[in-house]
Amino acid sequence: MTDNDVMGAAQQRVELRGVGVSPGRVIAPVVHMALAVSEPPEGDPLTGDAEAAIDRLKAAALAVKAELKERAARARSESAAEVLKATSLMAGDKALIKNAGKLVTDQQLSPERALWQAATAYADQMRAMGGYMAERAADIEDVRARVVAQLRGEDAPGVPQRKEPFVLAAEDLAPADTAVLDPDVVVALVTASGGPQSHTAILARNLGLPAAVAVEGILEIPAGTPVFVDGAEGGVVAAPGDQEREAVTAWQRAAAQLASFDGRGALADGTEVPLLANVGTGDDARAAAEAGAQGVGLLRTEFCFLGRDSEPTVAEQTQAYAEIFAAFEGKKVVVRTLDAGADKPLPFLTDTTEPNPALGVRGYRTDWTTPGVLQRQLEAIAAAARETGAHVWVMAPMIATADEAARFHELASAEGLEVTGVMVETPAAAITAEQILERVDFVSLGTNDLTQYTMAADRMLGALAELNSPWQPAVLRMIERTAAGARTASSASGAPKNVGVCGEAAADPALAVVLVGLGVDTLSMSARSLAAVAAVLARVDTAQAERLAALAVSATSAREAKEAVRAQLPVLHELGL
Amino acid sequence: MSERIATVASRVGLHARPAAIFAEAAGEYENLEITIRAEGEDAEEGMDASSVLSLMSLGAAHGDKVVLAADGDGAEEALEHLASIIETDLDAE
Repeated sequence: MTDNDVMGAAQQRVELRGVGVSPGRVIAPVVHMALAVSEPPEGDPLTGDAEAAIDRLKAAALAVKAELKERAARARSESAAEVLKATSLMAGDKALIKNAGKLVTDQQLSPERALWQAATAYADQMRAMGGYMAERAADIEDVRARVVAQLRGEDAPGVPQRKEPFVLAAEDLAPADTAVLDPDVVVALVTASGGPQSHTAILARNLGLPAAVAVEGILEIPAGTPVFVDGAEGGVVAAPGDQEREAVTAWQRAAAQLASFDGRGALADGTEVPLLANVGTGDDARAAAEAGAQGVGLLRTEFCFLGRDSEPTVAEQTQAYAEIFAAFEGKKVVVRTLDAGADKPLPFLTDTTEPNPALGVRGYRTDWTTPGVLQRQLEAIAAAARETGAHVWVMAPMIATADEAARFHELASAEGLEVTGVMVETPAAAITAEQILERVDFVSLGTNDLTQYTMAADRMLGALAELNSPWQPAVLRMIERTAAGARTASSASGAPKNVGVCGEAAADPALAVVLVGLGVDTLSMSARSLAAVAAVLARVDTAQAERLAALAVSATSAREAKEAVRAQLPVLHELGL
Repeated sequence: MSERIATVASRVGLHARPAAIFAEAAGEYENLEITIRAEGEDAEEGMDASSVLSLMSLGAAHGDKVVLAADGDGAEEALEHLASIIETDLDAE
């Protein structure tokens, strides 16, 4: 803890309310994300000896280099490690230090200002080069901020380094902030903005950290103040009392019960609801298999492609997919073909200058502008499927017409993939589910995008968090309509037409009950959520699920739907969910 | 002064990852001052080859020719080794 944290810690009780996005209850001191480093004033003069200043500059740059290198060694993913390693090289760059040193001696600038100027010159140069190099400008600016913070003795921008457990508070969190977030020290996340589908929410669920978003006022709570976080209800209390301490104890007892999943999702009346996992890497797949997942409901294949400047070869892809399939011998693995575009741009596939990327050439649509990539990916998936004993299903993201579904089915069948399906993320796909399912075998509802497109609300905007809730009755009606279309297509063809949900909605135990009541057959979620969803499903029967679904679709708002359903499910309170 | 011309083989040019690999290799020759410049530029334009930022700001694309220069003991061998790195497609690995 720095002096700043302890000074001014509020002893006064303050109750805040936001949106709970990942269950769990904890009490720990709050620490704020370090703010951006301010620019040293133009012409900021050198005080004292130039040589000593240059020595300080070198020491600061090398300290940042060493810290980034050490973080690279601890990074959770290889791509994060590579970014950190490249950034560490920039921090110790000889030309950068030499140029800054020259500004200190020739222009008598302070080392902070000199470094700032020298780094800015490089960043501007990269930006002017455009394309791939322009993206590196941000890395140089990150190095610039870190070295200046080091010179000033401030916390580097990003997640503060502490030894004692704390609740991390921030305006919002970006993937780069959280690449090396240590869940042993950071025990909960609270953000002032962000929605239920923000990066913070997804990360928290993956790590099993309690989290609340859109908590107005959290940034005004002085650092060091103990705060209580309830990640299910979205409540945050500064300087909590006995009531909150008891709530934490109750959660700890319940959490022990929720620690494991027996590998069989079912309602109280025995109706099976297979519970599958969303998986993005080989490590994820092994963790999901260990957690008892009954298969993979969503294999995101972007991990093969992100951070690359060119398409991976068929052989490389085959190996990567086979590694994941191997963890699910004899079980179902639903593979989503490449979903590039919008928030996941790829230099060789997507046009980053589109004015509205969420409505642009993304997902399946990239096959129109860059044909061949999808066909080669399907070839690799088929080859990996033949090598292993997993039951491989393939589906295309971002489908809007039955014709697109038919074309995808043709492409996949030509590679020998027998079970084909599509994602339902657009209202267009939801209302034409019957026609789509005359062409393919299954659909999977991507509730995050389905919500943003149904509600016409950007999922990244904190101000629209309430509209972006999958509890919105309009979204639930889209799901109901999809399930009804599947039933009609199934009785017409005599073949089963599976309807799954693989969006974040499936991980909310109360919403999972509603989804089953709406006619959804399987649920796929992050492996961490399996046990909690299974525990709640096991306590309701089909009739009750249908009644709760009817209650939710007839509500007038997401909040009303959620409250009405939760009030009928006392098991949630009992388990602290 | 020894010089060696090399053609950039990495498909997207000397951007972050190939530049980092090359800069690290150039930095290993602590007793040599190795410079790099685009073909056709004056020798004074040569930049520190062990600086990843200098390499990136060179903006060398796939197929561009760069000139490596160094003076002193072992310069020839060092340039030969470094040229071979530039002439490898580092993205393919």
